[in-house]
Amino acid sequence: MHPALSVIFFTTLSGAGYGVLALIGVMLASPGAHLLARDHEPAASMLLPLACVLLLALALVTVGLLSSTFHLGKPMRAWRAFSQWRTSWLSREGVLALATYVPAVALVALALAAWAGGGVAADTFATSVATLGIVTTVLALVTVGCTAMIYASLATIPAWQHTLVVPAYLGFAVQGGLAIVGSLIALLQGGGLLAPLAIALAAVSIVLVAIKIRYWRDIDVQALPATRGDAVGLPGRDVSVFERPHSEQNYLTREMGFVVARKHAHKLRTIALILFGLIPVLAAVLVWALPASAAVAMPLAALAALLGAFVERWLFFAQARHLVTLYY
Amino acid sequence: MTALPPPSKKKMGLVIDLDTCVGCHACAVSCKEWNAGGFAAPLTDEQPYGKDPTGVWFNRVHSYEVAATEPGSCGSAAALPAMTLHFPRSCLHCEQPACVTVCPTGASFKRAEDGIVLVDEDKCIGCKLCSWACPYGAREYSEVEGVMKKCTLCIDRIYNENLEEAERQPACVQACPTRARHFGDLGDPESKVSKLVAERGGVDLLPQLGYQPVNKYLPPRPRRAGEAQPAAPQAPVEALDTATLSPLLRWVDRVLSR
Repeated sequence: MHPALSVIFFTTLSGAGYGVLALIGVMLASPGAHLLARDHEPAASMLLPLACVLLLALALVTVGLLSSTFHLGKPMRAWRAFSQWRTSWLSREGVLALATYVPAVALVALALAAWAGGGVAADTFATSVATLGIVTTVLALVTVGCTAMIYASLATIPAWQHTLVVPAYLGFAVQGGLAIVGSLIALLQGGGLLAPLAIALAAVSIVLVAIKIRYWRDIDVQALPATRGDAVGLPGRDVSVFERPHSEQNYLTREMGFVVARKHAHKLRTIALILFGLIPVLAAVLVWALPASAAVAMPLAALAALLGAFVERWLFFAQARHLVTLYY
Repeated sequence: MTALPPPSKKKMGLVIDLDTCVGCHACAVSCKEWNAGGFAAPLTDEQPYGKDPTGVWFNRVHSYEVAATEPGSCGSAAALPAMTLHFPRSCLHCEQPACVTVCPTGASFKRAEDGIVLVDEDKCIGCKLCSWACPYGAREYSEVEGVMKKCTLCIDRIYNENLEEAERQPACVQACPTRARHFGDLGDPESKVSKLVAERGGVDLLPQLGYQPVNKYLPPRPRRAGEAQPAAPQAPVEALDTATLSPLLRWVDRVLSR
């Protein structure tokens, strides 16, 4: 499949954005979150950073969503894509992406109001934040799941029907979220949250490495579920191309028959593993052992994880073979 | 709506005879000609007279080489010889068209009345997902117009009362010089096309994927393999007993035999 850069940017950036939203949501719903209430002075200083993190996540999501419209032939009609959620995963993704803005923007408003001393009662604040946090987490993760299902539901591209496609998309979103939130906490003079975040980042990175190695090994030995004989209605016969229907490339051969740089796949896989596996794990260990290094190590891990996800996403497209290539 | 309608009684479609198709591309050309001005118009080309011409076509005619088989394989007791296969490829108007259900906008739809799969180009956002969902390569994207294009089964011909009744069939069917393309209602077991499919053992393409194509392909009739023919009789070697010849003829024979 042709790897469209706009789609790769979209899935990587918005994936990380949804990861941040999901993580912040969980943190707000956890028992420690009521400390954010105005009565507890030290934690209240986190209200403005909280609003900023949420806005950053929404910015990542928005940039990703806008970039995804660049691969549309008619971007001005994109609103129509919210209509067919009954059958289309792409439509479901659009609807949920939009729905996720509601609790996330409400959280930003609540945090800003509490920070400005808007007279929000401490207990009301704690319950609303916890509820909105859980809703944000669920919607963010389900949106990423829908993105993955767009690919995983296509029977024409066997490599994408692999059971690990959805877990990998979710894993990269969570990894991006952990690394970005970790970076921001490290840059805002740390705190006790850094050590658990570092451990979680290392764990997710190791799981991702395992998932991708397994996935790549499986698709390398995977044969297409049909032969050219099946495609032309002569099952069992050995059919080879004698003459193509057209002398030049056409839409099908450009979009589905992408082969350029497949030969570099092995090197790119190693690069991706180093970026989203090795570097974040090493950075997490460094943060855990030497908390003072967090302000450098965490942003480095975040950058590496995003770049790694980008390379991985490129391979996800470039190495997937579409059944229509049987005809060519 | 991209939700599929209940299965229609009428299933309009094509039956393509791979035995008689000679790969002349007349179907592709006449399709292009009609549809460049019909329902799906325009059918744009880019640089049609330039170095790298490219454009949208609803019919693509592939040519393949089919290898010979051993006796007893591929469901045939006799060995089948190698052959050329011309294979016209177009939309199969599937019963379960994944291209329709993946569409996020409702631009792709399957008609409830006759099962024809169409694109409403005024709604299409050009996301290309439908072309990814089709294993038959039936949909082609127009870079110029930014929307997806596909075979309409010539809906603007088959019901067109301004045309002579004999012309109310898809342009490709009408143009085929070897009558390798047949058009009709495959939902009616008594129709000419359904009977043709039954008689000739028409098949679905990639049936294991479950899209249930309406269009059927008639496989080539078995060719005779070479070994059934006896070796061509050869002229018997003539023996000449030179001892019985006269001395002059013996001499002539010796000279000519050098």
